[in-house]
Amino acid sequence: MTLLAVERIKLFSTRSPYWCTALALVLGVGLTAIIAGTTEKGQMSIGLTQFGSSQLALAVVLVMSALAVTTEYRFNTIRATFLAVPSRTSALVAKTVVVAFIAAALGEIIAFGSWGLAKVMSPTSDLAINTGAEWRHVAGVGLLYGIGAVLAIAVGILVRQTAGAVAILLVWTMLLEGLIGIIPKVGIKIQAWLPFQNANHFLALGGGNTAEQPGAGIDFKLSQWGSLAYFAGIAVALLVVALVVAKRRDA
Amino acid sequence: MIQAVRLRKHYGRTKAVDDLSFIVKPGRVTGFLGPNGAGKSTTMRMILGLDTPTGGDVTIDGKHYTELKQPLRKVGALLDAKWVHPNRSARSHLKWMAVSNKIPVSRVDEVLEIVGLSEVAHKRAGGFSLGMAQRLGIAGALLGDPEVLLFDEPVNGLDPEGILWIRQFMHRLADEGRTVFVSSHLLSEMAQTAQDLIVIGKGQLIAQTTTEQFISDATQDHVRVRSPHAGKLREILAASATVTEDAVDGALVVHGIPAPQIGEIAAENQIVLHELSPQRGSLEEAFMQLTKESVEYHAH
Repeated sequence: MTLLAVERIKLFSTRSPYWCTALALVLGVGLTAIIAGTTEKGQMSIGLTQFGSSQLALAVVLVMSALAVTTEYRFNTIRATFLAVPSRTSALVAKTVVVAFIAAALGEIIAFGSWGLAKVMSPTSDLAINTGAEWRHVAGVGLLYGIGAVLAIAVGILVRQTAGAVAILLVWTMLLEGLIGIIPKVGIKIQAWLPFQNANHFLALGGGNTAEQPGAGIDFKLSQWGSLAYFAGIAVALLVVALVVAKRRDA
Repeated sequence: MIQAVRLRKHYGRTKAVDDLSFIVKPGRVTGFLGPNGAGKSTTMRMILGLDTPTGGDVTIDGKHYTELKQPLRKVGALLDAKWVHPNRSARSHLKWMAVSNKIPVSRVDEVLEIVGLSEVAHKRAGGFSLGMAQRLGIAGALLGDPEVLLFDEPVNGLDPEGILWIRQFMHRLADEGRTVFVSSHLLSEMAQTAQDLIVIGKGQLIAQTTTEQFISDATQDHVRVRSPHAGKLREILAASATVTEDAVDGALVVHGIPAPQIGEIAAENQIVLHELSPQRGSLEEAFMQLTKESVEYHAH
């Protein structure tokens, strides 16, 4: 508990988490506002409300999470941290828990904020959340952010530089996983096992409008909750590798 | 007490620290002296568990730093004043450190008061001058009221007032019975600060002794003599001493006979003296003499 309090103090006594939170909110909810404003009257759907949260704002949250650790390396406060808490694993796990928790909470705020705004802007559309799939599609965004934060922190610990970590995370999520689908025949088979594709699969609404959803056309071998577990498994595995490396490396 | 036993740190073929053994005693200021690149900072990082030694061992009262439960209560360290997030206030910086070692937060204001930063406690540390940053670093080291204190080049870049403050401060800490270990590449600074010295060069121990002993060993006394009858005087003195000539003004430089005796010898032989002055070798010269074998980069 002590270490969680320490990481909370550290995170909220700098500016970048505030800026990233604000940016994620503006981008996530803002994109939904634009979509809701330009969609024809009554045609807004639950699926359309979450493009901003599950794609655009997610990238900002990943950057924020990576920054929480790379700035420690940048300003050498990681050394001050390891002096105060010589158990590096405990210190870094505490940081991961705090950042993942904040990311998850932010995810829920952005997801329901986007949904609420769409409902206000497009009152005639059917935006009631009544099926399990619809609940998962909206409320699941928080889970995605939390797990994404763990993965981003792991990358941050391994790379130790802001520029490197941010480049890796953005190229990975926004380009690499999508581009692999272009490879003939095997592309979509590989995609079925890529972490962020599985994250999208978890959110997928199913039903008639699947073509609009990210991750469409991929033949996933896992159930939707299985995909989430797979995504979480990869994030945790990467974190374990990062913790082992951090423990062995000279600070 | 800090004890290093055959401590080694190798980076590939470079031996940053090589077979280094020493003891730092409580109640005294111990200087850790060596030219730049001698391995002082690497040794300090190994003491604090930041770097893992390639071989050997270093302990604080018999324990590794990483085994300490609340290390800040036992050991305070200032390795680099810039290890602070520039956007974090001085107070927040100390607050998270205090919380991490279950030190009451009231102690934060106390140490800010001690180092004279109370007025800027809520200012962001990025805007601090080097002297202020150094004070903040010292406040961090004092936070847990530790028995053992480590300072790496604490006076680097400070103005004379700051240097004096730190020097007096370290003496006060040692007088309170604490172990104070402070590194520097300047012997003249250490001569005024440290009671004991551990001198290293190229990662190896050169000397571990009291500062007084080290200085008297390192700096040889000699006497400068100028006389219109220098040739005659030189002949007489050469019988019982080493006499050389100053390359600049031709004065005689006498090793082995104290000044009063030279005066008496001159009087007996009716030799006029224009100068008779006892000289003490400069500390820096002596230090360079001792470490010149082990300086990593030479200027030619």
